[in-house]
Amino acid sequence: MDFTFSEDQLLFQDSVRGFLVNEITPERLRAGWDTDTGRDPALWQQLAELGLTALTVPEEHGGLGMNAVDFVLLAQECGYVALPEPLVNHALVAVPLLQDLGGELAARWLPLAATGEARIVAAVEQNLVVEDAHVADLLLLERDGQWYALEQGQFSCERNESVDPGRRLFSVAVPAGATAVASGAQAGSLRSATLNRGALGCAAQALGLAQRMIDLSVQYTADRKQFGKPIGSFQAVKHHMANVAVRLEYAKAPVHRAAYAVAEDAAAAGLAVAQAKLMACEAANLAAKNSIQVHGAMGYTWEVDLHIFMKKAWALANTWGDAGWHKQQVAAAIFADGAALGAGATFQ
Amino acid sequence: MQLAFTEQQQAFRSEIRAWLKANVPAEPLRTFDTEEGFQQHREWEATLNQGRWGMVTWPEALGGRGCDLIEWLIFEEEYYRAGAPLRVNQNGIFLLGPTLMEYGSEEQKARFLPAMAEGRDIWAQGWSEPGAGSDMAAIRSTAQRQGDKYIINGQKTWSTRAVWADWLFGMFRTDPESERHRGLTFILVPLKTPGITVRPIPQLDGLPGFAEIFFDNVEVDVSNRLGEEGAGWAVAMATAGFERGLMLRSPARFQETARRLVELYRANEASVSHDPQVREAVMRAYLDAESYCLSTYQTACRLSQGGKIGAESSTNKIFWSELDQNMHATAMSILGARAELLPHAPAASGVGHWLDGWLFSQSGPIYAGTNEIQRNIIAERMLGMPR
Ligand SMILES: Cc1cc2nc3c(=O)[nH]c(=O)nc-3n(C[C@H](O)[C@H](O)[C@H](O)COP(=O)(O)OP(=O)(O)OC[C@H]3O[C@@H](n4cnc5c(N)ncnc54)[C@H](O)[C@@H]3O)c2cc1C
Repeated sequence: MDFTFSEDQLLFQDSVRGFLVNEITPERLRAGWDTDTGRDPALWQQLAELGLTALTVPEEHGGLGMNAVDFVLLAQECGYVALPEPLVNHALVAVPLLQDLGGELAARWLPLAATGEARIVAAVEQNLVVEDAHVADLLLLERDGQWYALEQGQFSCERNESVDPGRRLFSVAVPAGATAVASGAQAGSLRSATLNRGALGCAAQALGLAQRMIDLSVQYTADRKQFGKPIGSFQAVKHHMANVAVRLEYAKAPVHRAAYAVAEDAAAAGLAVAQAKLMACEAANLAAKNSIQVHGAMGYTWEVDLHIFMKKAWALANTWGDAGWHKQQVAAAIFADGAALGAGATFQ
Repeated sequence: MQLAFTEQQQAFRSEIRAWLKANVPAEPLRTFDTEEGFQQHREWEATLNQGRWGMVTWPEALGGRGCDLIEWLIFEEEYYRAGAPLRVNQNGIFLLGPTLMEYGSEEQKARFLPAMAEGRDIWAQGWSEPGAGSDMAAIRSTAQRQGDKYIINGQKTWSTRAVWADWLFGMFRTDPESERHRGLTFILVPLKTPGITVRPIPQLDGLPGFAEIFFDNVEVDVSNRLGEEGAGWAVAMATAGFERGLMLRSPARFQETARRLVELYRANEASVSHDPQVREAVMRAYLDAESYCLSTYQTACRLSQGGKIGAESSTNKIFWSELDQNMHATAMSILGARAELLPHAPAASGVGHWLDGWLFSQSGPIYAGTNEIQRNIIAERMLGMPR
């Protein structure tokens, strides 16, 4: 039993955090809102140079051969800065899916995914709209129980504007005559695995987002004075933030366990992911709610950065399976006859 | 990361499971808030000790097994799974024992630890006073030095299990001029000493689970002092610190409550289906209990690799106490009109021990530092918000 990250994993997290916090400033995010694609090829190139696009690609295809446990801490950091580039989908969701699909498709695209020359994006039935379809060099899309591998230019996408100006969402129609790359039972199991990875990505980012909102609020309430003192010294304000800290603290281990279950392809990965996503997104939603409250009217403005993270947190809670969907997974597991519950059942 | 138990850990689990199967009393003991139940639990402590299962985290030389935190968690899982009796001597084993090992002289260790392990000495805690609750530094009971004795005067209150306990550990003001955290001394007091009056205080269930204790010129030998004179605050903080979290309430307890809650829900599903919030709350209980378990394992692994526990440990107390309260509130909703009935009432079929648990869960957010105090600590020490 070793529920810790290795020194290397923690060091990598540190260096990625350093890079992201320096590069992905709120000013840069805001500048991206007004551009055509909202995405920045130069930034994607930098992420590739850090090895992030290659992280989960197998070594024989030019990658680092790492897994969800290696990536989960980085996904948290992506959340912390509200990274707009589709890195989490690419590395945590689409690349493993491409591996599962295998064959020529994988042999052709995995090396390009590793170098960052190709951005790969995946989406399943549960994704009403597809994030970043417009910049996907390869889109792996499940619709009506079939998987399609669509290259940029082979599909049309129609933009859906989100309340979060950082998100680029598209309705994608599978072109007539497209041939499926997987169907039947195989498509179903690929969907479950992909949904698990996508939801894990949301959960990990939600942890980062919650932490960012705490940090912004702690800073703001230390600076802002009323009644002659920093508002952060008022107990009602403190307790709002303490409540977030408690929920966030207890959402971390479930996310890390879910990453492990996904990496190990464990039978109970679906339950672990559902639990992680529910806990983490709930913590992030509470962070949003309490953070806007302690910011006062400032929190209700476009100008203050809080909304960047708040809106992303709201969106992630309903992406890759909304709360209701994940609760169903939990209910199915715990209300079943012979369910493994109680003391000693957690790691069975 | 490797989330599976080693063979050695599995063997440890099998060993304790087999022992508990052979030794846990078939008939549940009476509550230790009765004289008879207290005696039964004292005997159970002796039985545990004979099997060397009393204090698994204590060193082998002291009758323990030198278990690390993961083995401790496994032990607890098996203990709760087996429905073994609550620990009447938890103050001694989990709080005072480790403090004695750190601050006690060799003479004190030899004098107190074996008797504690064998269940001969049951310990009560004496921090709170009528004027010193959340504000523990407001302690006013005094211990005046006279030669090699302390003369204790004053009053302690809310002392759990003090009605039938043998000893009390607590803090007294040895320097009458001192204020707040200074001038307090940690002293071990035999409760049978002349001048002590223990007055039971009935709790919500009507049973005397705690007591107030009056000291009228009580003489205690100086050799009963733990740590230096005037250094009691530091000793007390060591007692209350880390154990407050991991040892006081291990996840197994709440996971078993969550399991029983799922069972209760399923047994009553037809009658509660009109309230979808109940189903939601049962799921929430499972999720939170599991998360508490996962977080505890993660912390335990980090600590066993030399990590330090920080201010984030204050989140622990809030999390488990509110979880416990929510789970029992949910059980009360499921039981509906039966919820208020005592288990022996004719119409109280299937109520189990939920009512007792519900009453006790009301105290979780209060004892061991109220949840408001914990929230202050989180905000100030973990998040760095201004005082
Ligand atoms: C079941 C049970 C067992 C106990 N066992 C023991 C024992 O064995 N030994 C022992 O010494 N004590 C024991 N206690 C006492 C316990 O430690 C105290 O009850 C606790 O410290 C709170 O003190 P108080 O009851 O005086 O409440 P108060 O301090 O009067 O607090 C009342 C309310 O005011 C709030 N409050 C107080 N100060 C602040 C502040 N600064 N900021 C925000 N809110 C504040 C509290 O959070 C609480 O909600 C036990 C209590 C219970 C309920």
